[in-house]
Amino acid sequence: MSTISPTTQAIPDSALDKPRTGTWDGGNEPLNASYGKLMMWFFLLSDAFTFAAFLTTYGLIRHKYLAYTGSAEAFKFSTAYWPIPEKVFNSFPGLHGVDLPLAFVALMTMILIFSSVTMVLAVEAGQRFDKQDVQKWLLWTILFGTIFVSCQAWEWSHFITGTDEGTLMNDGTVFHGANLAVNQYGPVLFADLFFFITGFHGTHVFSGICLLIYCFIATTNGTFEKRGHYEMVEKIGLYWHFVDLVWVFVFTFFYLV
Amino acid sequence: MANHTTQLPAHPGEIPKPNTAWIWKTFWVITAITALEFLIAFTMPSSTFRNSIFIILTIFKAFFIVAEFMHLKHETKGLIWTIMIPMGLLIWLLVALITEGNAIHSAIF
Repeated sequence: MSTISPTTQAIPDSALDKPRTGTWDGGNEPLNASYGKLMMWFFLLSDAFTFAAFLTTYGLIRHKYLAYTGSAEAFKFSTAYWPIPEKVFNSFPGLHGVDLPLAFVALMTMILIFSSVTMVLAVEAGQRFDKQDVQKWLLWTILFGTIFVSCQAWEWSHFITGTDEGTLMNDGTVFHGANLAVNQYGPVLFADLFFFITGFHGTHVFSGICLLIYCFIATTNGTFEKRGHYEMVEKIGLYWHFVDLVWVFVFTFFYLV
Repeated sequence: MANHTTQLPAHPGEIPKPNTAWIWKTFWVITAITALEFLIAFTMPSSTFRNSIFIILTIFKAFFIVAEFMHLKHETKGLIWTIMIPMGLLIWLLVALITEGNAIHSAIF
């Protein structure tokens, strides 16, 4: 009766895998950042390339057209020159026919900047392992993000519907609003760039809201608490701030300059 | 500061006080810059000079968002340069293509 129990066999120390510590062996963190955060930074860099391509295209096309040089009061929509933003974006929900240049976009900008603040407060709460605060600030961020996307939806529908007066087109008809082929505000490419740039940004905000909702559910379930860190909130926070950052540039180049 | 994942609560069950003064300070700076941009948009006639003010103020705002909110200021030098050098090249591309747009404009009109 001889049974050999494998567990009692002595395994030589040299046969065991030890944690790897070499520089090129997975033993260190490049740039002193965790894998996830580093990859988020690189993703954001590539995303910045996309947005830079959009804004560069905007700059090139805008400089291809004549700039409007007259006074803002005398401005009329025409395909002869690039429209001035204070005459295109001058309406506010519920105040029909009132000329309020850039007021609505100012509100949208402040909402998005404020959502960035609540996001950074959520990240800060995560570093203190304060689950309730993380939940609270994530909910505020989701709320402000949703308000921003809703405002953008209103802005788009107003841009597509157009003004009461419309613009007299070359073929003698009056055209209201905009689509990808015709618009009442100016050159065709003006509306195209508006749809592509603000649309691409809005899609980013929407994805951000989905990620934040996931974060909120995971926080509530205690997933991050069990994991021992709230790094996911930090990574999604980086993404959210990037979306805010892009808006800062879109705002300057589309609405101010 | 670069890596928060290794931080563990010093006393489990005890939540430290929030440290949010720097967040609100950054928020007020960004809000003030945005307010200044609107003031300039309504009081100054459109010109290349006005546009350069807008672009400089935008870069200021971008700096505060990236350095403070995204915490890049507190990362290693290597990571900062990894992000900043490609961004610098993009600004070059932007300037080059706007010049190109001007050239197309003068060829057409």
